[in-house]
Amino acid sequence: MKVGLFIPCYVDQFYPGAAIATLRLLEKLGVDVVYPPKQTCCGQPMANSGFEHLTGGCNELFIKNFAEFDYIVAPSGSCVLHIRDHLHDDKQPEAATSISHKIFELTAFLTDVLKVKTLNARFPHKVGIHQSCHGQRGLHISSMTELVSPEFSKPQSLLNMVQDIELIHLGRKDECCGFGGTFCVTEEAVSVKMGKDRVADHLQHGAEYITGVDMSCLMHMEGILKRQGSKVKVIHIAEILNGG
Amino acid sequence: MTEQTTKDHAELAQEFNRDEDRVNWHDETLWWIREKRDKSAHQIPEWEALREAASQIKNNVLSNLHDYLVQFERNAAANGIVVHWAADAEEHNRIVYQLVSEAKVNRMVKSKSMLTEECGLNEYLAKQGIEVIDSDLGERIVQLAEEPPSHIVLPCIHKKKEEIGEIFHQHLGIEAGISDPQFLTETARQHLREVFLTRKAALTGVNFAVAETGEFVVCTNEGNADMGAHLADVHIASMGIEKLIPERKHLGVFLRLLTRSATGQPITTYSSHFKKPREGKKIHIIIVDNGRTVQLGRKDFRNSLKCIRCAACMNTCPVYRRSGGHSYHTAIAGPIGSILAPNLDMKKYADLPFASTLCGSCSNVCPVKIDIHEQLYKWRQVLVKAGYAPTAKKAGMQVMTWTLSSPGLYHMAGKVGRLVIKYAPFAVNNKLNPWYTQRDMPEPPEWSFSEWYKQNRQP
Repeated sequence: MKVGLFIPCYVDQFYPGAAIATLRLLEKLGVDVVYPPKQTCCGQPMANSGFEHLTGGCNELFIKNFAEFDYIVAPSGSCVLHIRDHLHDDKQPEAATSISHKIFELTAFLTDVLKVKTLNARFPHKVGIHQSCHGQRGLHISSMTELVSPEFSKPQSLLNMVQDIELIHLGRKDECCGFGGTFCVTEEAVSVKMGKDRVADHLQHGAEYITGVDMSCLMHMEGILKRQGSKVKVIHIAEILNGG
Repeated sequence: MTEQTTKDHAELAQEFNRDEDRVNWHDETLWWIREKRDKSAHQIPEWEALREAASQIKNNVLSNLHDYLVQFERNAAANGIVVHWAADAEEHNRIVYQLVSEAKVNRMVKSKSMLTEECGLNEYLAKQGIEVIDSDLGERIVQLAEEPPSHIVLPCIHKKKEEIGEIFHQHLGIEAGISDPQFLTETARQHLREVFLTRKAALTGVNFAVAETGEFVVCTNEGNADMGAHLADVHIASMGIEKLIPERKHLGVFLRLLTRSATGQPITTYSSHFKKPREGKKIHIIIVDNGRTVQLGRKDFRNSLKCIRCAACMNTCPVYRRSGGHSYHTAIAGPIGSILAPNLDMKKYADLPFASTLCGSCSNVCPVKIDIHEQLYKWRQVLVKAGYAPTAKKAGMQVMTWTLSSPGLYHMAGKVGRLVIKYAPFAVNNKLNPWYTQRDMPEPPEWSFSEWYKQNRQP
């Protein structure tokens, strides 16, 4: 099984630690994983702003970089959802469809493809899980409070394998943090208020770390935590699962 | 009554957010309703099947709308109801005016009808010298305050009880400083009782119109639609063409979903069926298009017409709860309003599909399974292509696209970006950068992952 590692552009540039942890975790689990060096971005920032018609170049490049792999794994629910739902290329429609079927968000890849049952990791801290919307409501990596359906959570099932971790309960367990891509600057007031409220929920319930599958949501909450002078940190789930 | 404004959602939301305590109160009030909805839904094991059934019934209606409309008209007419057709808001308003003129009245009582808000009926009739009194308590409050409703089910949810006391002090003559909900409700009750007894014409909305029987159903918690309609000589009911359901038995699906989704109640206190006028009285139905057939012709957006106006999408929307209904500057606020309004006026409402993080909670609570957040995404594409995106955004997007479709440019830009943040934080940490106003920038790392990978993994 040959896996192509897709690292979202902002993770590559601002959070290399999350990317390294993802790579090392997959290597530890015996996966033959390669990072195609010429990758950039999935095109979501343009598409969500209404410019999907300008994403042709990104799509073509994405297909070129990843068509050869059995699976594509990314430490992000949001970018994976974008590829699944919107990757298209009129010149090579089959390649595009094939990619949208073999791309996985990291935790879903661990639980559904690798069927991971144990992890050699320890993280002796109180941790709050942020359910990033695109992973949850888009990729269905966790059950959703709106729906009448059995409860499950792929990220939480993995965190439960980590030694000495204490997962906290939240008042609102799956409310959006307000990042929303370009929404975070075009609707600055509401975006920040949503972020402050989400952070407050974690703080009230004693979190030392806020984790999640999407660094973008965590970057937004980190910005708020730092501005408040809080000692609480954000950490990508890959970094906890990789050993802590 | 729709506020005339040139400010967009982001600006209006920013104004709403100047008073953070009020935002917290607004958010918590609506979140409480969302939680009541959850509890109520979870008591019905077949909830998801019920949603699916409702969605399919409405899909059938939309695909056979012409036939159901003709069937409904025929059956309603056979029952003695007079049916009118209005192509747009103006025609609707003209028909209402004509009907009240024929009845020789200049005062009318009206129960909740978002369609008449959409049509601007109250202002139109006021210009013709017809006084309209809204009989839904929340609507009466915002009417006295000369404001539009901020929510389709809870029109004055943005007002605190102290503010309502002040409005009643000014308009209904109670003492200043009263905020006891029971006292305020009793005051409104006495005031409206006098209105009901003296109005000879009553207008109501329509929640469901049954094609099979020619009857229509109006759902209220206050009984105000019934009180108005039963005491008046003329009952006018305004409905959009999408309010149809094929058969009476389908009401069982919709009545179970509507109020559980709206407020968490099992059913509205009053679900009143109107089938034929009583001796010497008249019932008129005005069936209104006003852009709905255009929306029906838009493949990606047609199923927005399945909406039964429960407002669950507003209550769950983290943006609505923190920006308030008036920030949407249209009769129907929130996520559903944001996919309906651009159909009426793309330019005026171009901002609304962008007033969302696309979190998807709206689609999950929708009792008729409208893919609301996906339609928000699709409206963004339509609006940008139609030329309604701000110019600055357009230029920025073009640069971003060039950069991101070229690996060389991308790595260069990333490096420069990190250097700028690292060595000249003032360049980005200033008031012109909306990220930085209330948030810190991420700490720029020494190297990117791709640089690290080259050093550590590639031969």
